Amino acid sequence: MTRLHVSATINGDPVEFLCEPEQTLLDVLRDELQLTGSKEGCSSGDCGACSVTLDKRLVCACLVLGAEVEGHSVETIEGMAKGNKLHPLQQRFLEHAALQCGVCTPGFLVAARALLETNPDPTERDVRYWLAGNLCRCTGYDKIVRAVLEAASDIRAR
Amino acid sequence: MATTEETRARAVRPNLTWVGTRPVRPDGVDKVTGRAKFGADLQLPGMLVGRMLRSPYPHARIRSIDTSKAEGLKGVKAAVTRDDFEDLPSEFVPAGEMLVNYRDMVRNVMAREKALYEGHAVAAVAATSAAVARQALSLIEVDYEPLPHVIDVLEAMEPDAPLLHEDLVTAGVEPPPEAPSNIAKRLSFTLGDSEAGLEEADLVVEREFTTRPVHQAYIEPHACVANVSEDDYAELWCTTQGHYVVRAFCAKLLGLDISKLRVTASEIGGGFGGKTVVYLEPVALALARKARRPVKMVMSREEVFLASGPAPGTHVWVKMGATRDGRITAAEAVLKYQAGAFQGSPITPGAMCAFAPYALENVKVTGYDVVTNRPKVASYRAPGGPMSEYAVECVVDEIAKTLAIDPVELRLKNAAREGTRTVYGPKFGPIGLIETLEQAEHHDHYRAPLAPNQGRGVACGFWFNIGGESCASLHVNDDGTVTLTVGTPDIGGSRASLCLMAAEELGIDFEKVQPIVADTSSLGFTFLTAGSRSTFASGLAVIEATRDAVRQLCRRAAQIWELPEESVRWQDGCARSEESEDAPEPLSLAELATVAGKTGGPIVGHAQLNAQGVAPSFGTHIVDVEVDRETGLVTVVRYTAIQDAGKAIHPSYVEGQYQGGAVQGIGWALNEEYIYGEDGRVENPSFLDYRIPVASDVPMIETVLVEVPNPRHPYGVRGVGETPIIPPLAAIANAVESALGIRFSELPMSPPRVLAAIHEGAGTA
Repeated sequence: MTRLHVSATINGDPVEFLCEPEQTLLDVLRDELQLTGSKEGCSSGDCGACSVTLDKRLVCACLVLGAEVEGHSVETIEGMAKGNKLHPLQQRFLEHAALQCGVCTPGFLVAARALLETNPDPTERDVRYWLAGNLCRCTGYDKIVRAVLEAASDIRAR
Repeated sequence: MATTEETRARAVRPNLTWVGTRPVRPDGVDKVTGRAKFGADLQLPGMLVGRMLRSPYPHARIRSIDTSKAEGLKGVKAAVTRDDFEDLPSEFVPAGEMLVNYRDMVRNVMAREKALYEGHAVAAVAATSAAVARQALSLIEVDYEPLPHVIDVLEAMEPDAPLLHEDLVTAGVEPPPEAPSNIAKRLSFTLGDSEAGLEEADLVVEREFTTRPVHQAYIEPHACVANVSEDDYAELWCTTQGHYVVRAFCAKLLGLDISKLRVTASEIGGGFGGKTVVYLEPVALALARKARRPVKMVMSREEVFLASGPAPGTHVWVKMGATRDGRITAAEAVLKYQAGAFQGSPITPGAMCAFAPYALENVKVTGYDVVTNRPKVASYRAPGGPMSEYAVECVVDEIAKTLAIDPVELRLKNAAREGTRTVYGPKFGPIGLIETLEQAEHHDHYRAPLAPNQGRGVACGFWFNIGGESCASLHVNDDGTVTLTVGTPDIGGSRASLCLMAAEELGIDFEKVQPIVADTSSLGFTFLTAGSRSTFASGLAVIEATRDAVRQLCRRAAQIWELPEESVRWQDGCARSEESEDAPEPLSLAELATVAGKTGGPIVGHAQLNAQGVAPSFGTHIVDVEVDRETGLVTVVRYTAIQDAGKAIHPSYVEGQYQGGAVQGIGWALNEEYIYGEDGRVENPSFLDYRIPVASDVPMIETVLVEVPNPRHPYGVRGVGETPIIPPLAAIANAVESALGIRFSELPMSPPRVLAAIHEGAGTA
C-alpha cells in the first residue's frame, strides 16, 4: 500500500510525515512522530485521553485520520509548556494534586485549555460538562475541576 | 482547601516539618507535560507488533489450532499457542489479597483444553506491522466445539449447571462431595453463637442482595514490551502494580531463571487491583523468544473489558437481629461470589469485611467461591468488601429505620472499637471508626435540609490493609542530595509520600530527595502496590533505610571528631555531639556527604523487611441523592467522605484516595455493570456502553481526614486506598430509600431499574 505524504503544523512546527490511509492521527502522533503524550484509552472517542486540538478545535486524535491534517495545525500536550514555563493549567494541576496515575492528564489539560480559550470564566457546571468527554478513574474529578477553575482565574488576572 | 475540614487527632510525633505537607509530587512535571512513559509508550528498534486471537465463545472445547497459514504470511515472525507453554501443577501462591494457582494461570494466559469465556486467549502472533498481525490472526484455524455456558452465580451453583472443570470438587466441605461442581470452595467464619443471638433479638431482618459484575476500568489498557536475547536473557517493560510479582509469574510460566528476567515497571495508568496479575506479559515474552526481536503487545479497550479484571457479580444473604434499644445481638451472612473461569473470588476478604464495623458477639459468615464463564476475577479496590458490606449496611439502615433510631446513632451504639474481637480472629488495636461516626453526626452535611425527591444515606466501610515484603535503598550523593530507590510502582502519588518521610527522617529539604522505582534486578523483592500497602510498607522500608544511612552519617561524624559513636546523634539534618563543653560544630548531611570518599566511601542506607503492624482503616460516608421520578435517574447532589487515615503523609493524595474511591463506588451503585446476552457474550465492552462516572455526573466530594495514629508505624500510617470504595454502595441505596421509600436490593440502581421500581411502587428483589 502506498503511504501518503502529509504536511502539517504540529505544536507550531512544520512537520512532514508518511502515513497509511487508515492510520489515525493518534497513531501518527505516537508511532510516527514519537509524540506519546497523547494516550490511547479506547480508540473509540469515549475516553478523551487522546484529546488534541485541530485548528483550535478540540478533537479525539483517535477519531481523526492522519491524512486529514494535511495543511492544518495540531496542538498536543507536548506543546503546552512554553520553554520552562508551565501553562497555568499544568501548574494548578500539580498544586491541586489533580492527578493520581496521570494517564488521563494530558487529555484533560488539552481539553481544559480549549475550554478556557472559548470560555475564560466558566462556572463549575461549565467545567464539568465540558470535561464530560474525558474519563478519569482515579480522582473523582474534584481536584481536576478545582484546578481548572483556579487556572481560569489565573489567566483572567494576567 | 475551603471544603476540606481536617481533623487532626494528636499526632504521633509533634513538630513535623515535611510529613503532613502538600508539596508538588516529584514525578508531577513529567505527568503534566506528556513526558511520563506509560506501558504503551516504549518503542524499540526492530520492534514487532503482537496481537492475540481470542475465543468468540463463552465455553468451548478446543479440538485443534492450526497456525501454519498465519506463520507462512510474509512479515509474521512468530506464533504461539497452548503448545508453547508447559503445563504446570496445581500450586497456590499469594498475590495481593488472593492466592494464585499456576495450573490455572497458564490456562488463563492461553486456553488449553477449553476456552472458558468470551475473549479467552487462544493464540498470538508477532508481525512487522499491526496490519500484518491482524491478517495473520484471521488465518489461524481453530476448531471449537461450543459447550453450554453459565454466567450467573446462582445458576452456576445449580446441580445441573454446565461444568467448567470436570475435576473441580468443592473444598472446605466435610465429607468432600463425590460429584464435581462449579463451587470451588466453601469457607466459614464463626464467632459466638449466632442462633442464640438471634433469639435474644426483638427485631430480625433478613434480606438478599445482588450486585452485578463490574470492571476496574483503569484508563490505560494493559501493555508491555518484551525482548529475549539468544542466550535467553529477557527484559520486560510493562504497566503493573508489581513488577516483582510479574517477574515471578513470567519466569514460572516460561521456565526462565528469575535472575535472567529483568522487569521494569512503566508509569502505570491506573490499576485498582486489576494490574496485579499477568495477561499479555508471558505471551509477549514467548513471542519475543521465538522471534528474537522485541515484541510490543497492547490491549484494546474491548479486550480489557472481555479478558482482564473484572470484579465478581455476587449474591449476598444477610440476617441480623437487634434489641428494641438498638443493640445488635447476632449477624449472619452467606456470600456467593463469581470467580470467573478459575477459582479465587475474594470471599475471604468479603467475609472478613462484612460485619467488621460492629462489635458483635455472635457472627456467622459463609462464603462460596463459584466458577462461571467469565474472565477470572482480579482484585478490585478492597476486593470482596464492597459487596458484603453493602448488604450489611443496607440491613443496618433498615434496622435503624424500623426501630426509629438515627442510623449514625445505631452505628455508634454498636461500633467496633479497640479490643473488639473480629470474626476472623484478631482483636482490633486503636481504630478510628467511632471518630468517623462522630464527625458524620456533627458535620453540617448531616443536618442540611433536603429538597423534594431528595434523600440522605450513610454507611460505614472497613478494610484491613496489608503489609508485606518491601525493600528500599537510600543513596547519599556527594552534593548532599539523596536518591531513594523503592520497589513499589507509584499508582497515585506514593513517591511523594515516601520522599516526605525520607526528608522528615533526614532533616533535609523534600526537593533534595529524588525517588526512583527500581527494576527487578536493581533492588530486592518487593510485593505489589496493592492492599493499601505502599505508603505503609514501602514507607517502613524507606524509614528503615533512612535510619541506616543516618547511623552511617553519625559514624562518619564521630570519626571526623574522634569522638565515640554513641556521643553523636542526628537532629535537624545534622550530626551533633554535645559530649563536652567544646562540642564540635554540627556537620550537615551535605558536609558529611562531600567528604564521604575520605571517611569510608559511599553512604548508602538499605532496608529489606516484611512489614508488620498494619492497621485497618474505617470510613463513614454521607450522601444526598435526588431521584427523577420520570426517568429513574438518580443524581448524587452532595457527598462527604470521612475516613481514618492514621496519619496523612501527603494530605492531598489521601483526599484524592477518598474522592476517587467514592466516585468508583458511585459508579458501582448507580450505573456500572456487565451486560450479558443469552449467548453468554458481553454486550457492552466499551466505555460508551459500560459507562463510568464522568465529571458532570458527580458533585465535589468533601473529605474529612480523621487521624487516629497506627501505633505500630513511626508516623501512624494505616493505608487508605481501599476503604473509600466500600461505603458508597449502601450509602446511596439508603439515600434512595429515604427519597423514594423503596429499598433496592439489586445494584446498579440504573434508571431502568429505578423507573420500574417506581412504577411497581415496591423494591426489586
